[in-house]
This record gives sequence, structure tokens and C-alpha cells, in this order.
Amino acid sequence: MSASPSRASELETLSVEAAGLRVTESAWQRVRKNWSVRIGGAALALLLLIAVSAPWLGTVDPTLFDAASRDLVPGQRGEITTLDGEIIKHKFWFGSDSYGRDIYSRVMYGARVSLTVAVLAALLSLAFGIVCGLSAGYLRWLDGILMRFMDGLMAIPAILIAIALVAMWRGSLPTVIIAIAIPEIPRVTRLVRSLVLSIREEPYVEAAVALGTPTWKIMFGHILPNTIAPLVVQGTYICAAAILVEAILSFLGVGLPPDIPTWGNIMAEGRPQFNQYPHNIFIPGVFLAITVLAVNILGDGLRDTLDPKMAKRV
Amino acid sequence: MSALADAKVSGSGPVLEVRGLTIALPLGSDRAEAVSGASFSVKRKEILCLVGESGSGKSVIAQAVMGLLPNTLPVTGGEIVLEGENVAHAGRERLRELRATRMSMIFQEPMTALNPVMTCGDQIDEVLREHTQLTPEHRRDRILAIVREVALPEPERIIASYPHQLSGGQRQRIMIAMALVLEPALLIADEPTTALDVTTQAQILALVQDLQQRHGMGVLFITHDFGVVAEVAHRVAVLRLGKLVELGEKNAVLKRPQHAYTKMLIGAVPSLQTHGRAAEGASEPVLRTVGLCKTYYDRGWFGRRREVHAAQDVSIEIRRGQTLGIVGESGSGKSTVARCIIRLIDPTAGEILLHGQDIAKMSAAELRPLRRKVQIVFQDPYRSLNPRRTVLEAIIEGPVNYGVRRDKAIERARQLMDLVRMDPASLNRYPHQFSGGQRQRICIARALAQEPELLIADEAVSALDVSVQAQVLDLLEDIRNRLNLAMLFITHDLRVAAQVCDYVAVMSQGRIVEHGPAAQVFGAPRHEYTRALFEAAPGRDFAFGSA
Repeated sequence: MSASPSRASELETLSVEAAGLRVTESAWQRVRKNWSVRIGGAALALLLLIAVSAPWLGTVDPTLFDAASRDLVPGQRGEITTLDGEIIKHKFWFGSDSYGRDIYSRVMYGARVSLTVAVLAALLSLAFGIVCGLSAGYLRWLDGILMRFMDGLMAIPAILIAIALVAMWRGSLPTVIIAIAIPEIPRVTRLVRSLVLSIREEPYVEAAVALGTPTWKIMFGHILPNTIAPLVVQGTYICAAAILVEAILSFLGVGLPPDIPTWGNIMAEGRPQFNQYPHNIFIPGVFLAITVLAVNILGDGLRDTLDPKMAKRV
Repeated sequence: MSALADAKVSGSGPVLEVRGLTIALPLGSDRAEAVSGASFSVKRKEILCLVGESGSGKSVIAQAVMGLLPNTLPVTGGEIVLEGENVAHAGRERLRELRATRMSMIFQEPMTALNPVMTCGDQIDEVLREHTQLTPEHRRDRILAIVREVALPEPERIIASYPHQLSGGQRQRIMIAMALVLEPALLIADEPTTALDVTTQAQILALVQDLQQRHGMGVLFITHDFGVVAEVAHRVAVLRLGKLVELGEKNAVLKRPQHAYTKMLIGAVPSLQTHGRAAEGASEPVLRTVGLCKTYYDRGWFGRRREVHAAQDVSIEIRRGQTLGIVGESGSGKSTVARCIIRLIDPTAGEILLHGQDIAKMSAAELRPLRRKVQIVFQDPYRSLNPRRTVLEAIIEGPVNYGVRRDKAIERARQLMDLVRMDPASLNRYPHQFSGGQRQRICIARALAQEPELLIADEAVSALDVSVQAQVLDLLEDIRNRLNLAMLFITHDLRVAAQVCDYVAVMSQGRIVEHGPAAQVFGAPRHEYTRALFEAAPGRDFAFGSA
């Protein structure tokens, strides 16, 4: 067709298509406006603050015990002996356990363990899952081998793998984190693989192939960035699961050693006296529940705002 | 609009009268109202075509009439009068009674509009059970009668089939049967043939016209395609950004449009006449395929093998400064050929000669230095650009892959933005900030950054509105001339092919059935399939785009 200048300009002035730039909300703006994200995020921020500033919240060393202050109920006053042998007066806000340790201090310090385990286990399983999922999804020859291995891993109950691994290595913070992360890897791998399988069919990936972009650059430059949103959501769910699994391992006595204050350990130690002193289990239980709930609410909010299917509906 | 003055006695008055209809858009949209003060009427025994580009509000009007608008789009003014009854604010119960009995609707996508786990007969039966007291035997008779009426073969078998067992055209016939089984006074057809191939489209259009005549219904036919308008309309209403800009008899609107927008739209519709440019064949071909084949094997667990011949024995050649068009319906194998040539998929047999060098069997490493000579622009502008990369990154990706220094590549990207008539200042923006037509220009710039010798346009203008399509076609033509490119243009649209192609190859079921200079193929088609394609092209009697 002949491109007469008058016709071209006429087309451009009359065309309905907006010639200007579109103003659309960025994903981050949508995330910040979401109430689930705000509430979950605020609760988590508060817990994080507690974990970080535990020494300045009127706590004592969580490993200190004093036979004179055993089995106190919440709010009772008592005494506790410091490591230097000094005896100080202390108010036991959450009572004390059967060794005379301050449950308030142990719960505050316990938040550190729970949050550390949650974040590191999630990051670790995401990192391995991303590498495995990208490889399985993009390099087809690896797919069969890798996914059958993952299927095998998924066939063993997560808690059993974790128990076996911790039993092999002796309980410490790194081993517990690894033991929790490994059973999560197949789930992340499956998610990443399915995302890659759909993204690799996108025309922009085909265009990159036609532009001569090397395979590794396509995998990490084009495909990976477009899997981030669902992975962030999956990450929060792994955090919630990791907190629970850590508590379960501690409760079963196969997690971190009993002298380290974790919510699971506190509950495990409170179990024999549950009938007389239910607060030993009740208080760390409430903190555990609030943390997991906050992480899940945050995850739901992120899913609603980041998931492309949800975004289209808005 | 004289239609407003018509008597509104039910029976002789218009079936549907829309007066000053205004529908609000949610806050923060690009305009305040989806539809602003639209007034029109649909008479008995009449097809009114509502034409507009995407975002014009034409589907919103259809949904408003059916009472299907989401809560976010409230009717804020005006009346919708169906056979004398204002239904603009009718309650849910009343609307439910009216749907299917007095008004019904058919949709664009017959696969998603039908329930995949119910047989077609049961789906028609549901309408009857809901709205009539007929006995099962009577209902079955009615179903068979209506299925026969929409000209489906073997009605007994059809009503026992599930939607996936039928073709797209047959599914659309089932939709029409469902819509008409209770003989409504008004049929709303929302782009009912847009998802169909051109030959199927012609059949469905003929069917709608036939049924409309026989039942004396009013039809509100929504479309973006002026060819379809020319084919079926009695009267035409043109919608632009929610406002009705022109309403009149078909011939008046198409031949003597009054409003500048209508003139522009009709002028932008490509003509079926070829441009008659002298096609000289002196230069060496840039690319030649010899007996190109692509076969897909469907292998079951126990060795049962099914072969699908996506492309068979395809031989084409493209020279510098020339455009070869491959025309065909969906599933004809035209995109398979393009994807083989650019080696996104590996051909099963045959040669692909790029300057005489066979690239069909080359390994990825051997192919790499040659890749940049052939570039492609895809159909869907919304998926062709990585949403997380700026336009600049997209355009310089190719050159940087081949060792061009970054600052040089950026300099070149600025020039290319100028070439595709876009502002170089917008290089640092992300794709979602651009419209479909702008994105398609960016994709063209990205392809040109590699300084290709052959540019493949795979349905590159099919997803665009007609006015934007005309702009992008102009641009492609301009670029081909300026850079002396060879172009392979793949399209299902005969009008577009007529406009841009020097040579045309017509594909059907994986084979090229006819090829030759465009003027020859379009002027005197030899193969019966080609002739059938031309016969089916909607609005072929109207001389569009000749202005």
C-alpha cells in the first residue's frame, strides 16, 4: 500500500489506540496496598523485632535456672542465679519451668531460632529447587532423571527424612535447617519446572533464541526473572512449614539440643506437667501459631497481588 | 436518528431500542465511561452491525442488553427497551426469564462457551427444561429439529457428542441452536466468527442470515471486521471510545461515510486488489527451501505410532526486496514452515538454503553465526517482549550477543526507534507501558537490530486493530524498501496478503497448493482451494481501501 504522508498522519491522529504511555500500577504498589500483606507483614515485623531485641526486653539469660524458682505460674516473683553466682530478683511474666528457667526469656529468645530456621530453610530449598527446576524444565534430557529422583524424594514423609538426617548428623542449627530444607526441594523443583515449561513456549523466549542468545542466558536472564513472583509466594509457605517442622523436631527431642531455647523445646519440656501447668505449652504454642498465621496471611496477600491470573482480574 | 421516533408497540416496533445508554468505568480507567449516551434500535427482520475497534465498548453494550454486566460497570443512564419493556434495571429473576426466551447471545469462542463435560444435546435440553414445561419426548423432537435447522449433519450423533468431538464451526452451530431453540425476538452475536477460519466463517455468516430471515428476528451483530459488515449488515452503527459516531444504512455508511473516524476505518481496510508492483526476479534468492517436511510422531507406550504431517514438500524462494506471502487457514502448516526456516523447530526432511548453504541439519553451534540473518516478528505483541526487561535491553540483546559494544548497540537502538516511528526517549520503559501496535513496532526494531537479510512476519498484524494494522503494514513496507529486505509474510488474511505480497503461496493441509505472483494468484486462482478461499472472503464485493 502506498504510504502517502497525509494518510499516515490521518491514521495516527484518528487511531483510537492510546499513543501515550500507559499508567499502570506496578506490582510493588499493588503489594503495598493489600491488607493481607500489611497485616501479615506487620505481625512478622513485630516478631522479628522481638527476636532481634530479645536481650533488652527485660529478659534474663534463657539458660539460667534456679531450683528455688521452679514451677512458678505467670506473673509470680522469684529469684534467679546468674552465671557469676549473683542472685537477682526477677518477675516471671510467663512463669517458670520445672528447672526454674524463665519461660518469658526462653520464648523471646526462641523467636530467634524459629525465624532463622524459617528464612534459611526457605532460601536453601528455593536455591536448590530453582537450579533443579530450571535444568529439568529447559534441558529436556535431564528432565526424566531429575524428576524421577525428586518423585522418589517426595515418596518419603518429610518428617521422616528430617529425623533421619538429624539423627545422622547430631542436632545443631545448620543440620536442622538442612534437614528441613531437603524435603521441600522436590516441591520447589516441580513448581519451577512447570513454570519453565510454560514460559519457554512464550514468543519472547523464542525471539531470544532467534537473536542467538546462549542457552544459559535465556535460562537465567529471560525465564528465571519471570518465575520470581510465584516463587516468593511458595517461599512464604515453606517458611511456615519450616517453623512447624522445627517445632515438631524439637518436641520429639530429635531437633536442637534441649538447652537451646526453641518453642518446640519449651513445649516438649512442659509436656509432663501439662495438667498442672498448661501455660508451659500454651504460651510458646500461641507464639508459634501467631507466627505461622502471619507468614501464611502474608503469603496469601502476595499470591493475590503477584499471581498473574489474579492480576488480570483486578 | 429517526429510529427513535418509531412506534414502540410490541409486535410492530423495534425489537430493541437503546436510548442514551451510559455505562461508567471504574475510577482510574483511561476514560470515565465505557459507553457514553449510545442510542440505536434493532428492528424486526434486521441485522444491525455494531462496529468498533478494541476498547470501543461494543461488547459492553451487548452485555448490558443481556444484563450480564459485572458490578464494576454500572448502567448510570439511559434505557434499554426490549419489546417495549425497559430492562436496563430489571431484576435478576426477570432477566433470567427473558434470556433465551426473548433474547439470546452467541459468543466468540464456541469451545469455552460450551460445557466440556456435557453432551451438546443435554446443553440444548437444559435451555428447554429451564424455560418450558415440555415432556422429554417433545424436548427431544425440538432439539433434533433445531440441530437440523442449523444444518448439522447426523443430528442424532451430534446431540450425543461432547463439544471437543466437534469442529469449531460445528460448535458455533450448536451455540446458535441453543440460542434459537426458544425462538427469541433478539439475537446478539458478539464476534461469532472471529475465532473461525475464513471458509467456516462464510458458512456461519450465511447460516445467521438465513435463520434471521426465516425467524424474522432482530440481530445485533458485533464485529470489528468491515468485510463481515459488508456481508451481513442491513444497518451499521460505528462506535468510537464509547460514543456512537455514525449510524445508517449499510451502503450509505460503507460507501459515503460521514464521520472522519468511519472514513479512516474504512480507508484502513486493506483492499483485495493487489498493488500490481512489477515483481522482478533478477537477484539471487536469499532463502530457498527444497522439499521441506515436518512430521510429528505421536508415540504411545505400546508402539502405536501416529504421524502428523505438519508440512510436506514445501519449496519456496525469497529474494531481496521482495515479499513472499504464505496464506492459509489455521492448521495449514504455514507457521510450521516459518518456525522451521528460523530453526525454532527442526525440519524432518528437505533443505533450507540460506545463500546456497543448507542450514536444515546444522547443529546449534554451526548455526549461531547465521542466525542473525533471519529474524522473526510474532503475532501476539503482548507476549513477544519479556515483561521484565526494558525496551532498550530487548533491542540491544541481539547485537550484544554477537559482540557489538554496548554503547554502539544503544546508539543503533536509538536510530531504530526513529526508523519504526517511535520516540527514542521511551527506550528505558517497560513493555506494559505500550499499546499493542507500539509493542509490535518495538518487536520490528528488535528484529532489525540484527541487520537481517530475511524478515519473517508470522501473522504480525493479525492481533491488531484495523487502523493500527494499516500503520504497521505501512511501516513494514517502508522498511522492506529502505533496507532492501527479503520478507516472508505469513497470514490467514487475504486482504493483508494482497496488500503486501509480491508472490503468494497458498497452503492447505501442510502442502502448497498454488503459488505464483500475487497478481496472478489473486486475479486468476487456478486451484479450487484458492478459489474457495476467495469465495469465502467476507465483503469481497466492496472495494475497500481504494480511497
